[in-house]
Amino acid sequence: MTHTFDILIIGGGAVGCAVARELSRYDVSIALLEKEADVAAGASGRNSAVVHAGFNNKPGSLMAKLCVEGNHGFEAACRELDVPYRKTGKLLVAFDQADLDTLARLKAQGEENGCQGLRLLSREELRARLPQVGGIGAFESPETAVFDPFQYTVALAENAQKNGVQFFLNTKVTAIERTAKGFRVTAGDQVFTARRVVNCAGLHSAEVAALAGLNRYHIYPCRGEYFILDKTDVLPMPIYPAPKAGIGGLGVHLTPTIHGNLIIGPSAEYIEDPADTASTQVVMDKLWAEAQQLLPGLNGRQIIGSYAGIRPKQAPPGEGGFRDFVIREEVSCPGLVNLIGIESPGLTASLPIGRMVAGILSLSMDMTEKKDFDPTRKGILRFRDQSPEEQARLIAEDPDYGEVVCRCQTVTKAEIRQAIENPLGARTISAIKYRAWATTGRCSGGYCLPKIAEILTEEYGMAPEAISHRGDGSHLFTGRVKA
Amino acid sequence: MKHYDVVIIGGGPGGLAAAKGAKENGAKSVLVLERDTKVGGILNQCIHDGFGLIRYGSMLTGPEYALRAEKEAAEVGAEVLTGAMVTGLTADRVVTAMTRQGLLQAKAGAVVLATGCRERTRGAIAIPGTRPAGIYTAGAAQNLMNTKNLMVGKRVVILGSGDIGLIMARRLTLEGATVLAVIEARNQPSGLERNVNQCLYDFSIPLHLGHTITDIQGRKRLEVVTMSRLDENNRPIPGTETVIPCDTLLLSVGLIPENEIAVQAGAELDPVTNGTVTDEHLQTSVPGIFACGNSRKVLDLADFVSLQGITAGRNAAAFVRGLALEKMPEETSNAMAKGLPQPGAITCIRCPKGCRVTVSPDGTTKGNACPKGEEYALQEQKAPSRVLTTTLLAPNGTLIPVKTSRPIPKDQVTVWAKKLKPIPAPAGPIRPGQILLRDPFGMKVDILATGKH
Repeated sequence: MTHTFDILIIGGGAVGCAVARELSRYDVSIALLEKEADVAAGASGRNSAVVHAGFNNKPGSLMAKLCVEGNHGFEAACRELDVPYRKTGKLLVAFDQADLDTLARLKAQGEENGCQGLRLLSREELRARLPQVGGIGAFESPETAVFDPFQYTVALAENAQKNGVQFFLNTKVTAIERTAKGFRVTAGDQVFTARRVVNCAGLHSAEVAALAGLNRYHIYPCRGEYFILDKTDVLPMPIYPAPKAGIGGLGVHLTPTIHGNLIIGPSAEYIEDPADTASTQVVMDKLWAEAQQLLPGLNGRQIIGSYAGIRPKQAPPGEGGFRDFVIREEVSCPGLVNLIGIESPGLTASLPIGRMVAGILSLSMDMTEKKDFDPTRKGILRFRDQSPEEQARLIAEDPDYGEVVCRCQTVTKAEIRQAIENPLGARTISAIKYRAWATTGRCSGGYCLPKIAEILTEEYGMAPEAISHRGDGSHLFTGRVKA
Repeated sequence: MKHYDVVIIGGGPGGLAAAKGAKENGAKSVLVLERDTKVGGILNQCIHDGFGLIRYGSMLTGPEYALRAEKEAAEVGAEVLTGAMVTGLTADRVVTAMTRQGLLQAKAGAVVLATGCRERTRGAIAIPGTRPAGIYTAGAAQNLMNTKNLMVGKRVVILGSGDIGLIMARRLTLEGATVLAVIEARNQPSGLERNVNQCLYDFSIPLHLGHTITDIQGRKRLEVVTMSRLDENNRPIPGTETVIPCDTLLLSVGLIPENEIAVQAGAELDPVTNGTVTDEHLQTSVPGIFACGNSRKVLDLADFVSLQGITAGRNAAAFVRGLALEKMPEETSNAMAKGLPQPGAITCIRCPKGCRVTVSPDGTTKGNACPKGEEYALQEQKAPSRVLTTTLLAPNGTLIPVKTSRPIPKDQVTVWAKKLKPIPAPAGPIRPGQILLRDPFGMKVDILATGKH
């Protein structure tokens, strides 16, 4: 079957979905192809969930410009898209004189980049602010925020869909041919033709570029491992160590999440396999040791999980650090817009990246703004956050609001149903998890997973074998016990 | 706001017994709040037998024990509300619960916390590796298999030798899965000896003591786990790795008291176990709020939970009436036999004590604490037999827990389980004790329902 669009976006991470959302402002037909069973399946769902301020990036770089722009617009975007967001600020902590020098340099760099309100704190000021944190001085960035990157990506996708973008999940691009009118893109037994292709394939962006005949890019996967701790109010804001030269990340930090948990991580380790999101004993031990330096007195019994994400780095091992984002239409392949090496701060920069792609495309095609573009999207109403009066009203309206499915996070059956019936049609346990936030608590789904499985089989008629964690091959059940 | 003398949070064995105790000690109004659609708690998924030996002197399955506890609470006139998830408790004992009918608030003269426990997870013990599908806590797998009719996997490794893990090793085997290994870090199994005997040894399931899992690999579904031997400091010994291809990993690595509600009321918790701290009267640090069972301290047997529940309920009523509080029953849980069955000895399974009985050539027995031990050992030597517990599928899709009307030869257990697998339960209402299949295999053994439907 052949589908025809003006623009094809390859990749449904935060960047692909932000590009889709920004392009959906214009009167063009758009499809987004995602190889996994849901959006946010790669690095977009495996990170520190921080909206960066932009002081870490080299002045004049795309990273710096787009990050600062993204930060300044993030709160408004989250309001439009109904995404949980909290401006917490963040502290970078120094442990020696070299660290203090680094912090002073970062402050100057941040100010050059356009960050607001940056401030150095003395040891005494740090103690007064956060007596529980170690260190001899600190640097405060008041514009840093925390948010929910899953819901953000889902929200961008749903908003893009609402404005006409078609989403094709479980659709892995296997060939790209140039034609007289543009491109012919094959994904398994499906064929798409399009005038323009936007490569937002993240870790696989170099491979996708190569499918189109451009072999100049190389992505080095660099893994970051994390621990997740149970809900705690031990920290009001993210705490980072002063960055050390040469590492490919920002250093192991402690981040309170928008959901009340604490994240420890990430490590930075170059690996061969871009899909290897394993945690390792060596790194787990290291993370814990470094976290305890930042916050002495962390309790290991608070750990409820671990995860890892893979950075799509352009800087090879040995070079380390960051190379700037590549965002350009290829001269040697007109109509192909490549987005290469969109690592941190890619989430923060995602909407400005989307606008930049729109700008690039408008140079060579007619991009007329739609009159009926709707920038808003409503997420699933969180029962637990409502007032008792509102909760009573909701239950009276729909008794499913009175039935708690996930006990750790107090997620009701009504919310689970809305997550199952999500507009993108992603129907995996992960899709439900990220939308309703069920299974994410201290029991890791021990209580709610059987209930969700029962709802899927009994009320949505799914075969047990069709229930999967993250799509094909990740089935939870081998069938019925008794048929 | 409605007022009750005693509100009990949780309708498992502890909460139901507390209702009985409270009523019997003079509480006028008692309300049990249960979040599930029926009372009984985890007992409903524990279709195996071994419950009630201490309280009732007979070997009951979990659903049978739950029905007795439910009946006892009903007989004394306790009000039971199912589908009610308690979301709030204040120190002055205002209870908030969510139900499909709306938010419920009640003011209690005294409260009993009977909120049970949850399972320690893979995340909590931080096993390295990937996070594929196919990793379950043993209790979640038990719930899925015994109440949701969902089969969790085919080639299974079990980490930890807690009782639920041992019970699930047998359950999976009876439903056609292959249990490749049970792996325990300590040099002793942590579950009861009778369960090691009946659930592992009966089916020749390998038990690896002093080992743990050091890696989990699988991109989508679990593919392999790596088992390593541990040194005396509990560190994996390099070079001892064994790779076990499998599609499922069950974790039976400990239970954690569940006390989110207790925390809301300001009750003190033990920082190590997460259990509520109580005095000898089972009263928490908040006056008028009592705790019992696994929410206080994880116990080996439901019988002990019930016994504690009765005292907690009695004391809740006494608190309301201004009477003297009673002391809690002795903590007897450590008296239960744990360890490895000994060569040459027969571990009696007639009660949880698990006496190791030896039989002399002349037929006299040694090591048994009571005549039941002699009877069991002689029978076990001559013709070992077991009660088979499993499920039958009712025409409407519900699983009915069942058992054989008497023990069957040990070597027939797997055969019968396989033969029973495709046989449905009869249509219509089912009461516990009802004969569902009359002598299906010509051995004068019936298949009895152990739950109602």
